[in-house]
Parts: sequence; C-alpha cells; structure tokens
Amino acid sequence: MTVASERKPLVVRPETVVALPRHVQLKFDKLREMWLLLAPERILTPDDIAVRVLQLCDGTRSVHQVCEALAEIYAAPIDRIEADVIVMVQDLATQGYLQSVETGA
Amino acid sequence: MMDTSFHEPDSKLAPGVGTTHGLPVAVLLEVTHRCPLQCPYCSNPLNLERPAAELATEDWVRVLHELADLGVLQVHFSGGEPMARRDIVELVAAATDAGLYSNLITSGVNLSRERLAALAEAGLSHVQISFQGSESETADRVGGYRNGHAKKLEAARLTREAGFPLTVNAVMHRQNLHQLPEMIDMAVELGAQRIEVANVQYYGWALRNRAALMPTMEQIETCNRIVAEAEERLRGILMIDYVVPDYYAVRPKTCMGGWGRQFFNISPAGKVLPCHAAETITGLDFDSVRDHSLAWIWDHSPALNRYRGTDWMAEPCKSCEHREEDFGGCRCQAFALAGDAGATDPACSFSPLHDEIFRVAETEAAADDMSFAYRNYLTPVPGE
Ligand code: SF4
Ligand code: SF4
Repeated sequence: MTVASERKPLVVRPETVVALPRHVQLKFDKLREMWLLLAPERILTPDDIAVRVLQLCDGTRSVHQVCEALAEIYAAPIDRIEADVIVMVQDLATQGYLQSVETGA
Repeated sequence: MMDTSFHEPDSKLAPGVGTTHGLPVAVLLEVTHRCPLQCPYCSNPLNLERPAAELATEDWVRVLHELADLGVLQVHFSGGEPMARRDIVELVAAATDAGLYSNLITSGVNLSRERLAALAEAGLSHVQISFQGSESETADRVGGYRNGHAKKLEAARLTREAGFPLTVNAVMHRQNLHQLPEMIDMAVELGAQRIEVANVQYYGWALRNRAALMPTMEQIETCNRIVAEAEERLRGILMIDYVVPDYYAVRPKTCMGGWGRQFFNISPAGKVLPCHAAETITGLDFDSVRDHSLAWIWDHSPALNRYRGTDWMAEPCKSCEHREEDFGGCRCQAFALAGDAGATDPACSFSPLHDEIFRVAETEAAADDMSFAYRNYLTPVPGE
C-alpha cells in the first residue's frame, strides 16, 4: 500500500538514539512496589534489566552508549550485552514503547 | 520479557486466583452524556443522564485524587463527548496533578487547535478519536452528524500537530465493515500509532439498534482476515487492537477482566459501575461518589460485590474449568439476553441460549434492515 510505505518501522542499530514517547511513562508505583510502563490501554511490568534499559534510553544516548552504561553497571563485557539489548530495544520500539528521536524516522 | 495482551494489564497486576478483587488499575470516567453525535451503537444507557445531574468540577477533582490514592494508574476521559464539559482542561490538569496517566476518548468534532494546546499543557498523554467510516457519506449517516467525518479528519491532524499520539477508534458493524481496509489506511495516513478495530458490543443503544448493526458471519470472517493481514503488514507502524463480535464467538469475552476486579466506570452523576452498561441491569443499586469515598465503594459496594469472583455462579459456569479466566462472560449481556444477570453469558457455547442468539444474529443480519434509532435525548425510550 502506498500510504503504509511512507511510514517505515524503526530498525534498531547500535547508533540509533531512542527515547520513550510522550504517551509512554515509566514509573515506580509505591502502592504495588513495582516499576510500571504505562501506555494507552496497556500497563506492563518491566523486569529489572528492562527498567535499566528504559531509564538509559533518554534520547541522548545511542543504543551502543546504553550498552556501555549497562556493561559498567553489571560488570559484564559489552559484546555479550549488545546483541540482547538490541533485540530488547527493537521489540520495545516495534510495540511503540520506544521511538527514535530523529525526526521522520 | 513483557506481556502485552489487550485491555489486560500485565498478569503481575492481576488479583491472585481466588481473590475477588485487587487494586483497581484503570477507570473510565464518563464525565457527561452530552454528545453532538448520535451514534446508534453508542454504549451509553437509553436513559441518558441529564446535564443537571452531572458531577461538578470540584467533585471530579476530589474523585481524581481519590482514584490515585486507591491505586488507579490510568483514567480515560470519555462520555458522551468529554469535550462538551467546559472544565475538561481543568479535569485533565487535576488528573496530572494526582499522578494519573490520562487518555481522552473523543468524537473529535469540537477539538480545536487552542483546546488541544491547553490539553497538552494540562498533561494529557493520549488522544483517541472515533471514526464511523472511511468517507463522509457513510460516516456522517452513522454518526447522525453533518460534516462530522471531515471535522474528525481535521481533528486527527491537529492532534498529531499538537504532538499527541493518536489512536483511531474504528467502530465496526454491518453497515461499515466493507470500509475496514480504507479505515486502516486512513489511520496510517493520519499518523496514528494505534487503531482499535472494535466490533460493536450490544448494550444500550447498540442493543436497541442491533438489527441495523449486526454483521453477517461472512463479514466477520473477512474482517478477521483483513485484521490478520494488516497486523503482519503494519508491524512497527500501526498497532492493531481487535475486538471481535461475541454473538458469533464460541467463548465469551472476559468482560472488564471480571466484574469489579480491576476496572470500573464512573457515570456522569458519580455512580460507580463495574462496566459502562451495568445500569441496564435492573435491581442493582450503584453507589455514588456523592455519598461515599471511593475506597469504601471499591471494597463494600453491594453492587460491586454482587458478581465478584466465582461464588455467585450457577451451572454451567460453576463447575467450568474456564471460570477464573472469563468469569462467566458479561453480566449485562446475560441480563439482556437471558433475563438474569447471574446466568452464563449466552455468547458462551455452553449456554443453553447460545444457538438461539447465533440464529438471531444471522437472521437479523440477513434481513438487512438499515434504519437507525439515533442516540439522543429525544428518541423515545421503550417502557417509559
Ligand atoms: S458513541 Fe457516538 S453518540 Fe455515543 S458518545 Fe461516542 S460519539 Fe457520542
Ligand atoms: S461456562 Fe461459564 S465459565 Fe465456562 S466458558 Fe462458558 S461462560 Fe466461561
């Protein structure tokens, strides 16, 4: 379809810079004592690593820089982390919980 | 890693098996029943609440804070048309102030650039605009509002321009299902993140207009195919949430995730309802935020407790293995079709009425009566 081809799904690469869109909010819920990701009609409970990733995806870091930060936090080699993080960020982006900060992407 | 099923929050937020209710997650606020449109499928009750009975601004503001204290995470401002309330921006600001995620569910016909800017300023997170078709002729006839479709298209553009994410709400029935592919394209073109393809559910005005709305089985099969194909093609571009019509289903929907379990509604006059159609069930007294705190109502309202959990069930639900999954389906539909809100939802194939409602659906769809009883304060309500 012509209309659809004008909007392309985001392909996440190490240099991609992503952030939470305005309609997606990460918050710690004191009553339930857990982290929540709020989106229209959906509420998710990200696990600890996902929370870290989402916090680091603040629109200033590239995915590679997010991995560098994680490598430090978890004292793990970056090449072990990067492939997993790209899959996770890609999945979150495909579902609309993260978006590229470059306009038009 | 994360679970994303439709309208169902993550299972970690659900009350445990055997518990009747947990912390409420999301609430639909019907701030008014006034609406410039007259959709014949409207889920509002036939007896629309008069403007004079609506809660005042300060009542809603108090309620919003009580909701947040109770554990509610999201509020959906709905109606009627929420933009018909002059204080809507103030209410959204109060929701933000209380720490709630807010969504506006609107027809879009009176969304101006100025009001959108004010809503953005007030902290609104998301906008959902309903569409009645893919072109004016059908859409404006269904909505009973001249030039409505054009206004909605403009409102959707302004919504995106104001930086809001947009959900297109496509309400589908026999008279517009043939336009579904174009409606999906329209959502993509408008820059929507999400489309809700919602087949009409038959309560309130929709039940009254069922003969004019009921799709044919063939239409539903086509619809299923179109949605599956579009999900594949538009992955990462447009999220599709799909509500199937349950008259043709085998198992009932888990209505509201179970009666009074995690969700509720507040009516324009402040009544706390387990779902938007609950007032159609006669003999239940719903408590009002005018008389009680929300915390009291959530735990103690007899109407909420009436069909919570599984103890109220009769056979075949009582001994059914699915009882903790669908909670016996929809109480309003059981009341409307079986005459007993405590019966198994006739949408379930185990209900003795299942074959009959399937036949009713087929017969009504085949008769193809196109005439609508429009939803407004003037259309006579039977039994009054
Ligand atoms: S369904 Fe139509 S008539 Fe009912 S509130 Fe929505 S826009 Fe108004
Ligand atoms: S019999 Fe009751 S519990 Fe079992 S599937 Fe049907 S509605 Fe659900």
